[in-house]
Amino acid sequence: MSILFTIFALAACLGAVAVVISQSMARMAFWLVVSLGSTAGLFFLADADFVAAAQLLIYVGGTLVLLVFGVMLTASGPYLKIQTSPAETVVAGLIGLLFLFMVFATVSGVDWEGTKTKMLAENGQSTPTEKFDDQSEGDTLRPLGLALLGVRPDSPNSPGYLLPFEIASVHLLVVLIGAAYLARAKRRGDGS
Amino acid sequence: MQPDLTSYLLVGAVLFVCGVVCMATKRNGIGVLMGVELVLNGANVNFVAFSKYTALGLDGQVFSLFVIVLAAAEAAVALAIALNFYNNHLTIDVDRANKLKG
Amino acid sequence: MSTTLAANSIAEFLNETDLWFIGKLSPETALIISACIHAAILFHVFAVCPAVFIWLERKGSGRIQDRLGPTRVGGRFGWLQSLADGIKLVQKEDLCPPVADAMLFKSAPYIVCLASFAAFVVLPFSHGWVAVSADCGLFIMLAILSLEVFGIIMAGYSSGSKWSLFGGMREAAQMVSYEIPLAICSLIPVVAAGSLNLGEIGDMQGGAFWNWFIFHDPFTFVAFFVYFVVATASCKRAPFDLAEAESELVGGFHTEYSGMRWSYFFMGEYASMFAVCGVAAILFLGGWHTGLPFLDVPLAWLRAEGGVEGYLANVLGAGVFASKASFLVFVQIWVRWTLPRLRIDQVMITCLKYLVPISCFLFLGAVIWPLVFILVSNAITPGTVRTTIMEPIGARVAVGYTEKKQSSDSPSSIGPSAPAESDAWGSSGPAEKHSSTDVKGGSLTVGLSTAEVVR
Repeated sequence: MSILFTIFALAACLGAVAVVISQSMARMAFWLVVSLGSTAGLFFLADADFVAAAQLLIYVGGTLVLLVFGVMLTASGPYLKIQTSPAETVVAGLIGLLFLFMVFATVSGVDWEGTKTKMLAENGQSTPTEKFDDQSEGDTLRPLGLALLGVRPDSPNSPGYLLPFEIASVHLLVVLIGAAYLARAKRRGDGS
Repeated sequence: MQPDLTSYLLVGAVLFVCGVVCMATKRNGIGVLMGVELVLNGANVNFVAFSKYTALGLDGQVFSLFVIVLAAAEAAVALAIALNFYNNHLTIDVDRANKLKG
Repeated sequence: MSTTLAANSIAEFLNETDLWFIGKLSPETALIISACIHAAILFHVFAVCPAVFIWLERKGSGRIQDRLGPTRVGGRFGWLQSLADGIKLVQKEDLCPPVADAMLFKSAPYIVCLASFAAFVVLPFSHGWVAVSADCGLFIMLAILSLEVFGIIMAGYSSGSKWSLFGGMREAAQMVSYEIPLAICSLIPVVAAGSLNLGEIGDMQGGAFWNWFIFHDPFTFVAFFVYFVVATASCKRAPFDLAEAESELVGGFHTEYSGMRWSYFFMGEYASMFAVCGVAAILFLGGWHTGLPFLDVPLAWLRAEGGVEGYLANVLGAGVFASKASFLVFVQIWVRWTLPRLRIDQVMITCLKYLVPISCFLFLGAVIWPLVFILVSNAITPGTVRTTIMEPIGARVAVGYTEKKQSSDSPSSIGPSAPAESDAWGSSGPAEKHSSTDVKGGSLTVGLSTAEVVR
């Protein structure tokens, strides 16, 4: 478990760093795949198998293929490289390191267990809420589907996610039409 | 040592910072887009980790699902914009996008 | 790992044994060892599949073109031809063009191979014979198979050749559009089954061949053929092999590859052919069930009994499953050498103008079907017996959920050395699965009320 976590976490972090460092667009896409794929592995380890599969399907199989497609369509040379100036890189790297240090300090400074018990106490629950993963950890499919339909067997007080789900679907339709409109082939002499 | 909440959050932080730096330094429009994806992924790692280790429960996973879906939509629109920009300027260097006219 | 691992059974066995040279194994070590054993077995399936299918393809194409095909290597039928090819390919020089992006060029075949190998992890071969019995197995399968595209695009782009670039672009356009009808078509039997777990879907179709999902309703019947067409296209097989069209693009994305790296692409292609055909066999054709009532009922009983007989029944099931999937692969080969190749615009039109609307219509029909079926059958003969398969999907999902909730009162068993997890597979056999909803009237009403809330 911890070995797998270490491998996936290292791959995710190193992939992300390599995305920043590499200059060639195709390599950036490759490292992004490594990073996002290992993040999906982390999700599997965190008992979120549906989210992990969605990450693989939508991000790696969909979005990244789209991105590489974009790289191919907009490449003016064989390997597109747009250099950033060294000064910019150094400044951005320094700021990034500072920011990383800040986030690390914050994350490791918080007492998560204490916060959890405090939150539970404030909500009037002495014991932790019945979790969705009592016996079948990682079996998140049915609860997730029911939650998206507005039913929450695991926590009755929660209203569910039917409205956000519908909004997201309408949003996707709008995006579909909008993207098709934006990227349509413009014919010369059409007036525009 | 079993992975705990902090280690997940640290991975999320690394992804987030890398995404921010990527967005700031890349001059290629699609590179900026990749930075956005990294940032969203860092947030997703945090959501899933909180859903496993705290009382957040399933809500974290539903949230990360929405994030993934919206990120895909965002990528599609941004890519359409990038292609449009390339049609007009024959480059996708975002520094050249300094004129607010077609 | 969270989901039920088949490796747990071996891990359990190793836990008990006291090895004389290292002493008692810790649970983690046992799990790692058993996971390695499973990975080795799966890897051999993955490696043997392409070898057999490449031989079959050569033989089949030869027969279709009125030739003999390979005859010499390894006896009369040339069945060692693939091995000889492999040895030849290993000896060849591993070329990398100077204009290519070397790192991407070299790693692309591994991505393709990895993606199609990983698909075998969630593919069940018989009752309970699956490496990871994930609850959303089909979804994971589709997700992993969609990774293969990325390797091919990378190969096309990083070769630094016009032919490869065109092949990669075509592949990207084709795969991104064909994934949509593939996913929708594979959802149609899922609607009928009420589960995404491939093992459960396979178990539901026991008994006889009219329980297979292809004969479940007219929509699944059509969906099988649509799925097969789309699966053929998503493995980039002829008549949809535009990414490697020899007559126009030399070799498409693999123009610049040679030796072992070239053969990795083909291992990936044939393995993913077997994977999609295996999914088709499980979703539509009854998986590891023979379809003959006088054979299936005793076999299901044997599997539920366990022991050596149950193991042998499972071996038989795996054979049935493999022959069903191999038959579908053979049909793909047959189609390849019979039909001419489409043009790229025709491929896109076939998908976007025909297959996507058809699969959407089928999906809608499959969702409405149980309701219509119940209404009509109740109108004709009131009080018809309702079997599990006719229940509206919401009811079944809710029943499954409440049952899971109830059974979770027993001490939870999570972790590598969980003893109960492998047993959970055995107890959720087809017989008990079907009867449980009828017997537990209480849980059924709970489920139905939840389903009404859903509506």
